[in-house]
Amino acid sequence: MQKFTSVNGLVAPLDRSNVDTDAIIPKQFLKSISRTGFGPYLFDEWRYLDHGEPGQDCSNRPLNIDFVLNQDRYKGASVLLTRENFGCGSSREHAPWALLDYGFQVILAESFADIFYSNCFKNGILPVVLSKQQIADFFDAVEANPGYTMQVDLESQTITDPQGKVTTYELDEYRKYCLINGLDEIGQTLSYQKEITAFESKHLEQNSWLFKEVR
Amino acid sequence: MSAKTLYDKLWESHEVRQNENGTSLLYIDRQLIHEVTSPQAFEGLRMNGRAPWRTGANVAVPDHNIPTKDREKGVEDSVSKLQIDTLASNTHELGITNFDMSDPRQGIVHVIGPEQGITLPGMTIVCGDSHTSTHGALGALAFGIGTSEVEHVLATQCLVQEKSKNMLVRVDGKLKAGVTAKDLILAIIGKIGTAGGTGYAIEFGGEAIRSLSMESRMTVCNMTIEAGARAGIIAVDETTIEYVKGRNFAPAGHEWEKAEKYWRTLHSDEDASYDETIVFEASEIKPMVSWGTSPEMVAAVDGVVPDASDPAKAEQIGNALKYMDLESGMPIEDITFDKVFIGSCTNSRIEDLREAARVVQGQKVASTISLAMVVPGSGPVKEQAEAEGLDKIFLEAGFEWREPGCSMCLAMNADRLEPRERCASTSNRNFEGRQGQGGRTHLLSPAMAAAAAVEGHIVDVTKYYEN
Ligand code: SF4
Repeated sequence: MQKFTSVNGLVAPLDRSNVDTDAIIPKQFLKSISRTGFGPYLFDEWRYLDHGEPGQDCSNRPLNIDFVLNQDRYKGASVLLTRENFGCGSSREHAPWALLDYGFQVILAESFADIFYSNCFKNGILPVVLSKQQIADFFDAVEANPGYTMQVDLESQTITDPQGKVTTYELDEYRKYCLINGLDEIGQTLSYQKEITAFESKHLEQNSWLFKEVR
Repeated sequence: MSAKTLYDKLWESHEVRQNENGTSLLYIDRQLIHEVTSPQAFEGLRMNGRAPWRTGANVAVPDHNIPTKDREKGVEDSVSKLQIDTLASNTHELGITNFDMSDPRQGIVHVIGPEQGITLPGMTIVCGDSHTSTHGALGALAFGIGTSEVEHVLATQCLVQEKSKNMLVRVDGKLKAGVTAKDLILAIIGKIGTAGGTGYAIEFGGEAIRSLSMESRMTVCNMTIEAGARAGIIAVDETTIEYVKGRNFAPAGHEWEKAEKYWRTLHSDEDASYDETIVFEASEIKPMVSWGTSPEMVAAVDGVVPDASDPAKAEQIGNALKYMDLESGMPIEDITFDKVFIGSCTNSRIEDLREAARVVQGQKVASTISLAMVVPGSGPVKEQAEAEGLDKIFLEAGFEWREPGCSMCLAMNADRLEPRERCASTSNRNFEGRQGQGGRTHLLSPAMAAAAAVEGHIVDVTKYYEN
């Protein structure tokens, strides 16, 4: 996994609550068997006026000019600003894959859905939880200042706005550690191989029925 | 020793180690795999030269995008076919059992798990699908995971997890005739909201839950994720034990005795404390219908489409009403439909089909309904329904009778809504475009969906139960 240290980027505002994973990446695109190439279909139903299909060339599709990401001032954004319960719905990891493939590396929200939140860390995206007021202030600032950028730093857990004003945020230490070091979680877990094996044999002894083969 | 909740017990009995940062390494007993969220996990395993930790812990089934009719033609959509074939080759290569399309046991992953005894009380169960919460009905700790975690479980049989908080949703009293588990869970989500359970494992208890059948309990736990909680759990009791006994992969003989004895300990201690307790009175619950684009946007059948007077919610409600093309103040009973879908991992089990058939019997689908379909949850459910003659009741009324799969719950196969079409659906999500781009979904129970098919609009199904 890509290491995450710091992002200095343009901020795009998505002023909605409860943005679900069906909206982030509609189900027809889940038929892909690879991890990449989802970016052009991010928010597909909001972004385009026609119905998208996997593998389709998006360069000639009719754009919904009312949709915020289609506005020129937000082209190339790497920070997504949104409201509460972002990423609710299904467990599809295609949602963070699509966001990342589009170019978003940081998501700021009042809250996230549990599964989506943990999926972000596994793909090198930093989801940042801020208070309702902080989020509202950033929305105002982005609206008022075209080209609004911010520096999001992981080590110091800070967000620095163009004026140099610093906002701090909370983050679980282990998640931070894995993200900064781009750690492979599976490799980490396998380093406890002995403990897993010991647990497993005890577990088998007590609950043999759990180990019955399904054929 | 302090009193423990069922969730605490299940958690602690699967803890391999505690990490310094408060997370735990949790042992996973069973992983269910389907075609949509697994290809990248298998690819990752291969790329890193890793093998499955315990092959037999995994069982696979294609369900999300397989066709529900003309199966003899195979899978016509080439993109879907590639995904289904990829599941078959990945599982074959690693020796993982796959109930493919020709297997009589094939069906929706959350229907076949309990049905076959693949998922059992006391297990930790995961699947790359958020409705894995369904299996918690058996007194198991079951939750949905992402594809990276699918790979993690394949490779290590473990997951790094942070323990959730405990929430008890207690439902006192009895549900009225015609009011089902689906109405109950919709009412719960309506009250606590789609983020109300975020960070919690929800245990459902109380008299009304105890008196639910196993299948109804699955309906409740299934939609726990719509309330924001990854896991929903119900304590083991006589109903659970009776349900599990004799299932294909359930233990038998001496092993059964040992298992049963253990399973009977799977309930919260009497004086266990919860971080949050919410109480409902079952007799107050009416048939429920969703009117918006989030599962918390529900109203009782005798209610009206709400207005956007709450300024905090005005925009959200306004957006939803616009998408759904509904007016504030309109009676719920005036909502009319183009299509009716009875199916999905929430409501496609035999009892669901019996409830719907009971309403449909001797009636005809309204002429304004262009398609009414019943999609059984699995091969065995379909077979059982046919043995009881339910298929005839549906077919005679004008329903289509299909092969098992997810179907129009998420419209990854050919079954979908056209833009602006309105559907009465027994599934679990009413997000924009869920059943087809521009389609409008109203969530309700199988009996309510059946009544809507017959009358062409929402009706209070409890009237069918009056005599
Ligand atoms: S029936 Fe619907 S909710 Fe259930 S697993 Fe299939 S797609 Fe998901």
